[in-house]
Amino acid sequence: MNLFEYQGKRLYKDFSIPTPKSIFISNISEINEDHELSYPVVVKAQVQVGGRGKAGGIKVANSFKELVKFSNEILGMDIKGHLVESLLIEEASTILEEYYISFTLDRSKKEYLMMLSAKGGMDIEEVAENNPEDLIKLYISPSKGLNSESITKAIKDAKLNEDFEDELKDVVSKLYSLFVDGDCDLVEVNPLAITDKGVSALDSKVSLDMNAIYRHDNFVEFESEIPIPVSEQFAKEKNLNFIKLDGSVGIIGNGAGLVMSTLDVVSEHGGMAANFLDIGGGAKAETVTAALEVLESEDNVKSVLINIFGGITRCDLVANGIVEATKGKNLKWPIIVRLDGTNSKEGLTILKDNSNENITISSSMDEAAKLAVEGAS
Amino acid sequence: MSIFIDKETKVVVQGLTGEQGKFHALRNKEYGTKVVAGTRPGKGGETVEGIPIFNSVEEAIKETGANTAMTFVPPPFAKDAVLEAAYAGCELIVCITEGIPAKDEAEMYDLLKEKTSSRLLGPNCPGLISPGKSNVGIMPHEITLEGNVGVVSRSGTLTYQAVLELTNLKIGQSTCIGIGGDPVPGTSFIDVLDGFQNDDQTEAIVMIGEIGGSAEEEAAEFIKKNVSKPVVSYIAGLTAPPGKKMGHAGAIVSGNKGTASAKIEALTEAGATVVKNPTSIGQAIKDIL
Repeated sequence: MNLFEYQGKRLYKDFSIPTPKSIFISNISEINEDHELSYPVVVKAQVQVGGRGKAGGIKVANSFKELVKFSNEILGMDIKGHLVESLLIEEASTILEEYYISFTLDRSKKEYLMMLSAKGGMDIEEVAENNPEDLIKLYISPSKGLNSESITKAIKDAKLNEDFEDELKDVVSKLYSLFVDGDCDLVEVNPLAITDKGVSALDSKVSLDMNAIYRHDNFVEFESEIPIPVSEQFAKEKNLNFIKLDGSVGIIGNGAGLVMSTLDVVSEHGGMAANFLDIGGGAKAETVTAALEVLESEDNVKSVLINIFGGITRCDLVANGIVEATKGKNLKWPIIVRLDGTNSKEGLTILKDNSNENITISSSMDEAAKLAVEGAS
Repeated sequence: MSIFIDKETKVVVQGLTGEQGKFHALRNKEYGTKVVAGTRPGKGGETVEGIPIFNSVEEAIKETGANTAMTFVPPPFAKDAVLEAAYAGCELIVCITEGIPAKDEAEMYDLLKEKTSSRLLGPNCPGLISPGKSNVGIMPHEITLEGNVGVVSRSGTLTYQAVLELTNLKIGQSTCIGIGGDPVPGTSFIDVLDGFQNDDQTEAIVMIGEIGGSAEEEAAEFIKKNVSKPVVSYIAGLTAPPGKKMGHAGAIVSGNKGTASAKIEALTEAGATVVKNPTSIGQAIKDIL
């Protein structure tokens, strides 16, 4: 889960990583003259999209009057389709140097990767492409961790300002702690700056590994602050993995691979999927019922394809869910069901015993997709 | 021969007393897999449908000669369970558990590599089956048939789809393996491709990938250099809209890296036959054999 800048900076504060003094507001009435920041201050739109500065989402205010004016202008602004609903107001820094640093997991090497560069403040992908020697890459053993000597060497190799070596070492080590102990998929600071007040993380890009939510209370809090598209809210409440798409064939399946593949096969038969909906592994009857409820609230759905290949998921439970959701109902669209794998015989028997004229059972994925495309046209 | 498991594989199930663990362990046993033990701290001495439960994997190995662990332990405890099985000497650990934090997976992989010679399959995988010999995991064995095609996939349910397409055409499988779609899989496409290349029973290979990451591109490199047996491949997600995260931690498309077309291109260039629809996998293999 990608965090907003202000959320990432809250984590920085938890790990004693220096960032500018700031206030966070989501309503203009929250600003008053006795705030404790000294001017100039930077008013920053909180949106999860690059290029907000160029779009007018970042402004420097030299007085309270300007602060109010810019805040008014930026709140409610649309930046590349993202509505600005909150602002981070920070004390401006006098920047002497700008660096880049990030921590992530390198999936091919199966190790953590730290990247460090003296060329921060700009598009780092450009640096990586045009001047790869300016981007230091350090692989870190996940079981051994990052030691002090490696940090010192990386700082030297990247040619960062040696006058600030101790301070930089401390910040690098704390960012690594946040990455590991904070269960982050990504911690990226661009720029990590040397300012007149010392080393400071001026921006934050943090992504959390939501599989670790059970050991971090603040993940829940962060999640509640991130707006979900209206179309995905209902599914989210039901704990379903749902993404709205543009077509008319509603899709329900188990396992991300099979569902993606169902999208592909529907497309091959000339149709377009209305959504991606994965009921996951080991789904119960209630999960399937909820999935059908989600599609019922979608206007663009004209037919529904349920494609289940039981492994850990049991087809009899899926069938019970379908029966439960459709019993005695006048369905607004045809449902094509394909069940294979674990307990599929039992599942098909349940469907036959509770037959519904709008439900068609198909014996193959290909045929089911074809029928669903026909049903939607 | 099959790869990684055979008739002599003896399985200890971690989490046999849980609902999922019990259901699938008993299915495996019914199929003929030697499910010799289960573990659950504090429940040593009990039995589940005749399978003895031990307090630790070490004890289970001592008493039953188990050499393979199958793990259904919930995410918060999965790392310790896998390490316990490895330190106790299991040659193969099949971790079915879904939802393990990436940090736990990375640490676990690192420690296994450093301190043990155990092979980990998964986490978040359906396990593996060598039809007619052994089934360790959650794959529905009804759809399999003993034969000479090796199947490897990142996606569980798509593995089943591919196997069914083969079986429907009376083409059997040597071993079917789901490596899982998590950030740090213990066993990679390359490990399995290498196994199939050196396996006498396997004459052709089906490899199923999906968008995101670079595992398929790396596998393509390996195929080009090291695999002489024919490979049929399918990549899921050709029509997935870019930038949408579709469930699997692995299935993330960013920029032009990890797209279905980049993967298809790499595999085609490596000499694999790439099909556009999973239901064509069976026919493509039939045409080759």
